[in-house]
Amino acid sequence: MSMFSIFDISGSALSAQSKRMNVAASNMANADSVGTAPGEAYRAKQVMFETENRGQGIGGVRVTGIVDDTAPMKMEYRPGDPLADERGYVTMPNVDPVHEMVNMISASRSYQANVEVMNTSKDMMMKTLSLAES
Amino acid sequence: MVDKLDNALNFNREALNLRAERQKVLANNIANADTPNFKAKDFDFASELKSAVSKGRASGGGMELSTTSSRHLSAHSSSPAVRDLKYRVPDQPSLDGNTVDMDRERANFADNSMRYQASLTMMKSSISRMKAAMQPE
Repeated sequence: MSMFSIFDISGSALSAQSKRMNVAASNMANADSVGTAPGEAYRAKQVMFETENRGQGIGGVRVTGIVDDTAPMKMEYRPGDPLADERGYVTMPNVDPVHEMVNMISASRSYQANVEVMNTSKDMMMKTLSLAES
Repeated sequence: MVDKLDNALNFNREALNLRAERQKVLANNIANADTPNFKAKDFDFASELKSAVSKGRASGGGMELSTTSSRHLSAHSSSPAVRDLKYRVPDQPSLDGNTVDMDRERANFADNSMRYQASLTMMKSSISRMKAAMQPE
């Protein structure tokens, strides 16, 4: 039954979206991680998605990699901090909490949509299996 | 006799096969809703069904090289699916080149699964009709 591959397609999207959720959680958790040395602050991460091609462009989605966000680091004026530079600024992570929240909501909605696709397909397959019974 | 039974179910079988194929295409669109540069795809069910019933299923995926000599390579893709997979025309294309409209895909997906189940019911009833006709009194 060719419909079994829907589980692969939606499953790949579930794992990709949960990876995205993981990255968003990591970014949020490390929003204040300045590190142990000056300039070692956490850099926000982003996931990259790509279509998996299995003939006619149908085949689910794949995470090609997790890249560092290129946004400039935030500088905070904290002259008393041991990590401050000579002008009294501490390099803070370039995590944008608003961006991360939006990313998280988008990932969870996509995840839900794919779960629904799987459920509907499962129902359809169950109904097909019971064809010509009784 | 047996080929008559087969012919009686042929139309619904092709319809179910195409519905399952469309379900796969739509699931792929939903799965790639956040992939940059992904283009949403779909096919025209009516014309695909017409050609599947009249000409048989598409062998190889849509595009094939025509061969004029037995020594030519056939170069057909492996997945036997629909003849003509088309790109959806986006209403509001997004900046990253993705053309998936989630509302539209979800609506089509629900519609397709309902129609699949309708075809299934048709098939069920035609099977029970044939069974009834074969009962000895």
